[in-house]
Amino acid sequence: MPKTLLTVATRKGTFVLESDDRRDWTLRGPYCEGWPVYHAIYDPTTGEIYAAAASEWHGSTVFRSRDLGETWEQSSEGLSYGDGDGRKISKVSTLARAGDRLLVGVEAPGIFESRDNGVTWSLLSTLSGQHGSESWDDPANQPPGHLGISGFVTDAGDSDSFFAIVQGVGAFETEDGGSSWTPRNNGLRRDWPADYEDVGFCVHKLVRSSDPERMYQQNHVGMHRSDDAGKSWTEITEGLPGDFGFAAAVHPHDRDTFYVVPVDGGHGRTMHDGKATVWRTRDAGSSWQALRTGLPQEDAHLGVLRQGMTIDTHDIPGVYFGTSTGQVFASGDEGETWSEIASYLPSISSVDVAVID
Amino acid sequence: MADVRLPGTLTPLFPGLPRRVEVEAATVLAAIDSLETQWPGLRDRIVEEGPALRRHLHVYVDGERAGLDTPVAERSRLDVIAAISGG
Repeated sequence: MPKTLLTVATRKGTFVLESDDRRDWTLRGPYCEGWPVYHAIYDPTTGEIYAAAASEWHGSTVFRSRDLGETWEQSSEGLSYGDGDGRKISKVSTLARAGDRLLVGVEAPGIFESRDNGVTWSLLSTLSGQHGSESWDDPANQPPGHLGISGFVTDAGDSDSFFAIVQGVGAFETEDGGSSWTPRNNGLRRDWPADYEDVGFCVHKLVRSSDPERMYQQNHVGMHRSDDAGKSWTEITEGLPGDFGFAAAVHPHDRDTFYVVPVDGGHGRTMHDGKATVWRTRDAGSSWQALRTGLPQEDAHLGVLRQGMTIDTHDIPGVYFGTSTGQVFASGDEGETWSEIASYLPSISSVDVAVID
Repeated sequence: MADVRLPGTLTPLFPGLPRRVEVEAATVLAAIDSLETQWPGLRDRIVEEGPALRRHLHVYVDGERAGLDTPVAERSRLDVIAAISGG
């Protein structure tokens, strides 16, 4: 059986969990010198791990490892708005591979790319000219968390086509490598006034299924589905204990199966009623099942952030999530049963999974 | 040559970087730029866009709080100090 590898980004460095059978797991780390790491990914294109990190003392950088975490280098060469621009990079929030581009999202909102696998970086786009962009460079206008560009959905076969999420503003799509953008927020709910029809939405997590037309998102106010590649959205919250959450994952082989972790939408942002629960739909959001077997059901006030849940590509996929209190839970059977595979890590920002032959 | 003292948080990031380095420089920024030529990327860890010293780093020249444009003399001691904070 191929190795299953989890890269876990935490407030105090990156950790690696690996297993040959998805039952017994070995933990390694911390890596990245204990820096706060916001997103760490294994890149199947290069076989490298990349970790987006930002230190209060030493700024933002991207760590990279060519040997699955044993040794690391870091570089922020080119990862700057420059001395005369006025904008500053407070954080590198998220990473994604898009063909021959390695993308990183930063705050103040912008996208940088690397064409040499994280050695050097250059500014790709700030989405300037989009509705809302006239104010989002001001840190005072940024939502708490200050993520800026908080997520991507990329196409492994087309480096010019991808989605980017601007935190607190919405999702945008480019088909020309970031030269032009189209807002993709049609049909989303928002419970607050906004200056524009097409932006002003709080998209937390966007995922694309094995059918590129079928996408899902976890929003500040509801889970949503798209059947036309993000051009329009339909809310599918009914049947869930709440409309708020961050994490989401889509089944790699079944476009109708989607997982979310609803959390309290107030300031606590932990799982409802202190019962750790992942919710799954098998019918594209028409109905939902609570998946609790093996998860703590008493006084479990766990939070899961937007990059905190993932799913592997085995025939029977495994689902994984990491919590704000440092636990990693794993299911090797599509979420039916769960076990705790790490218990005492620092607060977890992201969990990414790869199946390596 | 100025005697530059660096915080221990920097040395793991740059192979071969010692805590104490001697550089020839007329200002604090020139000293940092001199280090950058030997350890590419080091400037980014101390200096942000502006250029400005990163918020939680202080630099002292001969015991006096300094900025990037503070002059450095031939025998100056230059301390780069990371704030004791966080959790």
